Amino acid sequence: MIRLAQDAGLEGSNPAINISIFAAFVVVTLVVVLRASRTTKTASDYYAAGRAFSGPQNGIAISGDYLSAASFLGIVGAIALYGYDGFLYSIGFLVAWLVALLLVAELLRNTGKFTMGDVLAFRMRQRPVRAAAATSTLAVSFFYLLAQMAGAGVLVSLLLGIGSAVGQSVVIAIVGVIMIVYVLVGGMKGTTWVQIIKAALLIAGAAAMTLWVLGRYGFDFSALLQGAVDKAGADGQRLLEPGAKYGTSEISKLDFLSLGVALVLGTAGLPHVLMRFYTVPTSREARRSVVWAIFLIGLFYLFSLVLGYGAAAIVGPETIGDAPGASNSAAPLLAQALGGPVLLGFISAVAFATILAVVAGLTITASASFAHDIYANVIKKGEAEDKQAEVRVARITAAVIGALAIIGGILARNQNVAFLVSLAFAVAASANLPTLLYSLFWRRFNTTGALCSIYGGLAVAVVLIVFSPAVSGSETAMLSGVDFHWFPLENPGLVSIPASFLLGWIGTLLSSEHNEAKYMEMEVRSLTGAGAEKASTH
Amino acid sequence: MTTDEFEQRAPAPEQWARAHSSAEFVALRRRLRGFVFPVAVLFLAWYLLYVLLADYAHGFMSIRLFGNINVGLVLGLLQFVSTFGITALYVRFANRRLDPLAGKVRTELEGEEE
Repeated sequence: MIRLAQDAGLEGSNPAINISIFAAFVVVTLVVVLRASRTTKTASDYYAAGRAFSGPQNGIAISGDYLSAASFLGIVGAIALYGYDGFLYSIGFLVAWLVALLLVAELLRNTGKFTMGDVLAFRMRQRPVRAAAATSTLAVSFFYLLAQMAGAGVLVSLLLGIGSAVGQSVVIAIVGVIMIVYVLVGGMKGTTWVQIIKAALLIAGAAAMTLWVLGRYGFDFSALLQGAVDKAGADGQRLLEPGAKYGTSEISKLDFLSLGVALVLGTAGLPHVLMRFYTVPTSREARRSVVWAIFLIGLFYLFSLVLGYGAAAIVGPETIGDAPGASNSAAPLLAQALGGPVLLGFISAVAFATILAVVAGLTITASASFAHDIYANVIKKGEAEDKQAEVRVARITAAVIGALAIIGGILARNQNVAFLVSLAFAVAASANLPTLLYSLFWRRFNTTGALCSIYGGLAVAVVLIVFSPAVSGSETAMLSGVDFHWFPLENPGLVSIPASFLLGWIGTLLSSEHNEAKYMEMEVRSLTGAGAEKASTH
Repeated sequence: MTTDEFEQRAPAPEQWARAHSSAEFVALRRRLRGFVFPVAVLFLAWYLLYVLLADYAHGFMSIRLFGNINVGLVLGLLQFVSTFGITALYVRFANRRLDPLAGKVRTELEGEEE
């Protein structure tokens, strides 16, 4: 959803205001993170914030994790330019939460400790399944991370007016270093507070702008739509009808279907979302977290519908399309049109904070998976001498991942990496979700099946993306001048998700392994919460 | 599973097996699956129907109902309504019908060792 960076900044934007509001956010969150670090001592503190957050707090943090810059700037921009088709994204992103609520969240909280691998490996052979779970966790987190960091580059040029390659790289590096400090010092507790503060700012800002826009049209949504249609000119009516973006050909329609499936099944397999369920004391609180998250995320997408059409009506698709950053500038331009440079500064700072917070959440997830699944259980075979060593490894990993994210973000700065987010969702939906569902609900499922569905789903998704028009052979492709694509769709979900379910099923039938005792233990644990990890007390 | 910082004696395998075949647990599993599986099929089908309509039935989705509000917008907003509604239904169901049973099985298991 994020377009190419351009050289000039947004007209009328005051970089000084933008930077000072963002700096205030950083100072406040750093103080909070430092306070949180005082009570971060054990592994459970570092990975899962001592499991001491309440359902509502965690729900707000989940919405903070989920509402990335791509979904804030991207969806508002897509609605402003493509109208109804932009709205379709948000519906997939929202309905997906029902999968998490009904099938995954509580059972995962009851069964595992820190990572997705805890649940997938519970009744399987530990080492191979944990290695597979960590591989797909790292893959999803890294694709997502890279997309966020590349987005940071676009935002820098857009909002701070920094056009030079060196200047943008420096800002990306600063953002990355602040994020590493959050994660190293504050652990999960600090990261969670950053998410909560950011989510509150983002939702409050969006709510205020929504009321402002609606107020201009006498709180008549139909009048707002009319305004958008009138401003767009002759073919303005298309903004209200589906098809402006995806209706151009049979392939693009199929692509949309594929995207829709990946969105709805991907959320409940995103490792950084799953890990958040471990930060609450009980499965009942995990349930409450999802309820809060669904409510807040749904509300936010309703706001973004108004903001998208508001940007189309007040700013106009033509101005947005010509602005640096194209569709991504819709929300900032609307803020400027409504409240001048101060509101623009606030919204810009919130967008930065969003990237910072989401990147921190991804980094702690990836580092936890490496330290807990790979280091403690694969390398040390689950006999690690002490938990402190594991947390030390997690901290080192977080610093390494942070450094990789900075380098990746600088390299991907001017690339079209929009497909990375859809790739992250497609891998989560293909590698993680089938394996989670099978291991929670299918008695016969075993190690071979789990390995087939994780590695199979991951491989099919990545291969199809590499040979898709997103990478080569189309106008918007990442590589220009070469064309080696043979898979027609940009999103692989339509093929890779059924393939992973099928592979998991075939793999299971190929092996006779079955641990009935562990199966019974897992089922009782997952449904009742008996023996589940409790909150730490301090 | 090893324990972390606090003492937590894990029930023995036979205790898990006994709990697994207890009448309460069997009823709990039947209730949970009897709710979440049909509801999941239902909302996924409803979502898929919506996506297919938006994808392939442009004419139908563009029919105006009142003012500038067309069928597509109403169906899209209904997806929000159904998501909020299913969430509320599930929470009510889980609080009333699942939690008491789960609590019973859990106390029996964790209490046994005291």
